[in-house]
Amino acid sequence: MFPTPIEKQPRGAQIAYQSLIPVALILWLLPLIAVAIFSIRPDADFANANYWGWPSSFEGVANYSKVFFESDMPRYLLNSVFITVPTVIGAVALSCMTGFALGVYKFRANLWIFFLFVAGNFVPFQILMVPVRDLTLDLGLYNTKTGLVLFHVAFQTGFCTLFMRNFIRALPFELIEAARVEGVAEWRIFWFVVLPLMKPAIAALAVLIFTFIWNDYFWAVVLTQGAESQPVTAGITSFNAQYRAAYHLMSAGSIVAALPPVAMFFLMQRHFIAGLTLGAVK
Amino acid sequence: MAPLPPSTAPRPAPGPARRSWWGRNQIAITPWLFLAPGILFFAVYVLIPVFQSFNVSLYDWDGLGAAEYVGLRNYEEMYYDDAFYTSLRNNLIWLVLYLLAIPMGLAIALFLNQTVTGIRIYKSLFFFPFVISQVVVGLVFSWFYDPSFGLLNVMLGWFGAGPINVLGDERWVTYGIIAAGLWPQTAYCMILYLTGLNAVDPEQIEAGRLDNAKGFRMLWHIILPQLRPATFIAFVVTIIGALRSFDLISIMTAGGPFGESRVLSFYMFEVALSEYGFRMGYGAAIAVVLFLIMLCFITYFLWSMYREERGR
Repeated sequence: MFPTPIEKQPRGAQIAYQSLIPVALILWLLPLIAVAIFSIRPDADFANANYWGWPSSFEGVANYSKVFFESDMPRYLLNSVFITVPTVIGAVALSCMTGFALGVYKFRANLWIFFLFVAGNFVPFQILMVPVRDLTLDLGLYNTKTGLVLFHVAFQTGFCTLFMRNFIRALPFELIEAARVEGVAEWRIFWFVVLPLMKPAIAALAVLIFTFIWNDYFWAVVLTQGAESQPVTAGITSFNAQYRAAYHLMSAGSIVAALPPVAMFFLMQRHFIAGLTLGAVK
Repeated sequence: MAPLPPSTAPRPAPGPARRSWWGRNQIAITPWLFLAPGILFFAVYVLIPVFQSFNVSLYDWDGLGAAEYVGLRNYEEMYYDDAFYTSLRNNLIWLVLYLLAIPMGLAIALFLNQTVTGIRIYKSLFFFPFVISQVVVGLVFSWFYDPSFGLLNVMLGWFGAGPINVLGDERWVTYGIIAAGLWPQTAYCMILYLTGLNAVDPEQIEAGRLDNAKGFRMLWHIILPQLRPATFIAFVVTIIGALRSFDLISIMTAGGPFGESRVLSFYMFEVALSEYGFRMGYGAAIAVVLFLIMLCFITYFLWSMYREERGR
């Protein structure tokens, strides 16, 4: 293990290390901690410029219930769910198929198609913006969740295909060969042999895509406008305009907007990190 | 473990019923059936729009009315546009400074690569900024920088410095936003390196220790070469992240003050979709330039991946 395990160091170094970690963590998360503290302060603290002193009272419940019951925030959150969940399902379904095709079969165009997906995944959003917005308008899907979902599914298919194809490449090919010898039809090999083995990859991709899409801001701004279809990342700007200078509410709103992916991460941590670091180890 | 070429794939005994057209061609056709929906979606929403943007960049178009063909006039305008050069310069600053996320991530990973109690929770909490949306990161940092109550100025005050209005000062604004962007990006690089460090070969470390290598020399000669895959991915995601920077700028400054924090991705959006004019053609031309910059990196990434595939 590198660096040298701390247990092998003198006692003093161990104690120093143990006490240094929490300090480092607090420094690292300082901007976030500040916002968390803001979100439980009362209105009066900001009027009296008591930004960093002890809160004059703790209004966490009042602030957060205001976010949930007196603003459009629940609406935006719900929109985000209705955009994110179908995108996850669609992108994972499409990429299971493309990943299977590119991971299992050998044909001349294989690597080219694979590279096309990878390259497409890297292009800047702005080169797609004008035509995609135009297409969405033409389809009558501007300012709808469907319009956003369709684009997200298509774009995420690039990354998902990269992921799924590499995962399938690492599966034991003998299983597929054995099934072929048995005369199993190709689509049944996909469904009964490969798909069950892909469960960890599907879980990892699902949490990753959930986070990416939940946090998307650019396309939300380009393809939607009002509270009826905007996800929470775009909604938070209207929320902040509504509560201008009410820092306790804006802080609470930001935390609420950020929370679902955070919860997802802590619940599915192993899958999340496995997905993010795929390829970081040979 | 390469897949078998279709012609030599083991086939079931060729009974008469089995030799149907489908039976003979199943292995050649199946991949295309599986690819069709994915390729269709990807082509309509990603591949074709890239070419359409090239085309739009040759027109003067407000997004609604008739488009007027103007040839390379949009590019000519860009050549004389000061805002374009400001954006381009900021893009370069982003590219260079964003790469700091890689050594910083490595440093934190080395710091946390221990097995004391509770270390797993520490690792997750250090990683946590990456999970938060950039919009929230932007808000959090714009309050952190706020000249009247931001924590940054409170802390500067302890040392008798400041107050500085990071986001209102054209000299600091881009660096301030990059610092905010480095926060999640460093967390990402950290997790890549933590995973990489986990897989470092302990025997090589022992061998290095016997040869009296330690500290920085051990890191440089023995550890880093083994972390190459992690470094490559960290490099890819950081470059892409730097060129995609949009959310933070839009949330924290909206390009200001005086357009000094613009980058190409934001300037393009401003030109094409914001209040002062829907200039799709000029916007598309800016996007084309951004795309060409990205294309250099994409080519390099794909080239590396291609060599890798060959090596298998």
